[in-house]
Amino acid sequence: MMNKLLFTLFALIIINSSLQAEELKAEKLKKQDWSFEGITGTFDRASIQRGFKVYREVCAVCHSMNLLYYRDLIDIGFSPDQIKVIASEYTVIDGPNDEGEMFERPARPSDRFVDPYRNDVEARLSNNGAYPPDLSLITKSRKGGADYLYNLLTGYAETEEGSDIGEGMYYNLYMPGNQIAMPQPLYDESVEYDDGTPNNLNQLSYDLTNFLVWAAEPELEERKRIGIMAILFFVVFGVFSFFLKLRLWKKVS
Amino acid sequence: MKKNTEVKKYKNSFLNWIEYRLPIISYLEREYGDYPMPKNANYFWSFGAMLTIILVVMIFSGIFLAMYYTPHVDMAFESTERIMRDVSFGWLIRYIHSNGASFFFIVVYLHMVRSIYYGSFKYPRELNWLFGVTIYLLMMVTAFLGYTLPWGQMSYWAATVITNLFSAIPLVGESIKIWLLGDYTVGNATLNRFFALHYVLPFVILGIVALHVAAVHVHGSNNPSGVEVKTPKDTVKFFPYMLIKDTLAFSVFGIIISAVIFFGPNLMAEVDNYIPADPMVTPAHIVPNWYLAPFYAILRAVPDKLGGVVLMFGSILVLFFLPWLDKSKIKSCSYRPVYKWMTILFFADFFILGYVGLKPAVGTYLLMARVGVIYYFLYFLVLAPLVPKFEKTSQLPDSISDVYGAK
Repeated sequence: MMNKLLFTLFALIIINSSLQAEELKAEKLKKQDWSFEGITGTFDRASIQRGFKVYREVCAVCHSMNLLYYRDLIDIGFSPDQIKVIASEYTVIDGPNDEGEMFERPARPSDRFVDPYRNDVEARLSNNGAYPPDLSLITKSRKGGADYLYNLLTGYAETEEGSDIGEGMYYNLYMPGNQIAMPQPLYDESVEYDDGTPNNLNQLSYDLTNFLVWAAEPELEERKRIGIMAILFFVVFGVFSFFLKLRLWKKVS
Repeated sequence: MKKNTEVKKYKNSFLNWIEYRLPIISYLEREYGDYPMPKNANYFWSFGAMLTIILVVMIFSGIFLAMYYTPHVDMAFESTERIMRDVSFGWLIRYIHSNGASFFFIVVYLHMVRSIYYGSFKYPRELNWLFGVTIYLLMMVTAFLGYTLPWGQMSYWAATVITNLFSAIPLVGESIKIWLLGDYTVGNATLNRFFALHYVLPFVILGIVALHVAAVHVHGSNNPSGVEVKTPKDTVKFFPYMLIKDTLAFSVFGIIISAVIFFGPNLMAEVDNYIPADPMVTPAHIVPNWYLAPFYAILRAVPDKLGGVVLMFGSILVLFFLPWLDKSKIKSCSYRPVYKWMTILFFADFFILGYVGLKPAVGTYLLMARVGVIYYFLYFLVLAPLVPKFEKTSQLPDSISDVYGAK
């Protein structure tokens, strides 16, 4: 009985991880080792911090992340003072003030990540008509999640002969249909790292993906921690019920 | 009216005080303490109690979600994400609620499989079956309404597709659709009423569940042999014998649902629903939640829109008539060697319909859906009434005790 239970449990977890990578008509995703995977997965905070740097210096030029607040950065190991400094580098429009005027001020930790564009129209206009999607939930809103994103970032290639690529589109092995409106965002050494980690394309993409997974599922560590306790509770409760059941039903004939 | 002398005496004076004014203590004792259960009932008989617990959990988690959710097209998605990120344990409550809905259907399907296979819907429990199908119907409506509330891409487009079905009705279809939406297209008026209805329907379900449970307690539960209880020797008391079995079953359920809630909370969700609703962008394929997929497959199996709608509603409606369509006096499929396999094939058929309902309606998938629909109706309209005429059934046991002792 217990073997069956454990089997079901593991089967579910395995099904979960295999479903994450299902069904992309493009190239098959190359699986990466992620620290947040598995039953006891946790975030690699150093990598997430580096990924945040990549986001700020590259992605944030076009992509918003408007479900996040600067204060959220405390989760990935920034101190309140560091967060104040990071926030103050951005400008938000506030108001109206006492004179009824809108005014600009530096962002505060309680502000949302500042959008790169004033509105959708400006965003489309600046990007050849394509709207750069908000990245707050990007790993949850794409099939394949983290692996898809990593492969996409590293999956740019020369246009294959005979493939029909639209005007202003780029060839990517992992994008469904192989056409993507975003030019290759990351190259080797696109971003300088302060901690001496090699900044080749694979590492930059890996760190950025880690950051985006955290952004989409900030509760992940707590969720898994509570999950283990919840399952253990039901297992222990189940074992007691099982023996009590055997004892009670022995008398029934 | 009861005479005072009939009032049962309890040692506890508080219980006595209550009992004298409202004989609820003796009612609970009779229905949940001494209530006789056939002793050969297997674990399929644990799903009813499990469903009651799930319903209560869904109602409670839903009330907490409603405290933070904003039913407005511009704020619904963001308020849902706010629950996930900023509300204490909001992610847990939402994942319990969203996965709870899926598991509600898994368990309700198992409960229905039990009823169909062991013939629980037959005399004298037909009314009970009618209550049950009504609950199932209301659950589907409620779940669909709930699916639209986060106002992601799938929410919006599922709402658009489903409400569009009503426009297939001749003459009045378009007016009905506008009346349901409260607008010409799916918009803020739609979201608001969907939220209002999603909040209230579970309480309607709760009321029918009370009738459903009360009705089954009149003639007692069915059992795997389908032979009615004859003597008290055929039964065990609900407390503690069935309670401990239900508790064990619930523990196993708890392990499985926890594995999903905590380690794969989006396993049964559509990724597109994490993209905010955008009326200008249609998703590649619009899919309903998996538990409605069999009916979606039936809808798309015919090229004609009205025909599809009629078949889809027909496929649910036909369930109501099952107690009168199945002519066999023998309840349990265990004693019906031919019909048994047809019933198992029907379950497989329903499962396959669900699978193709989540796939695009082209090629092999469309063919599978069509074969699936044919067998679905064949089972109810031809096999259920006619097979009993030809089937050579096995010998029924004399009593439940005979079967139980033989094991």
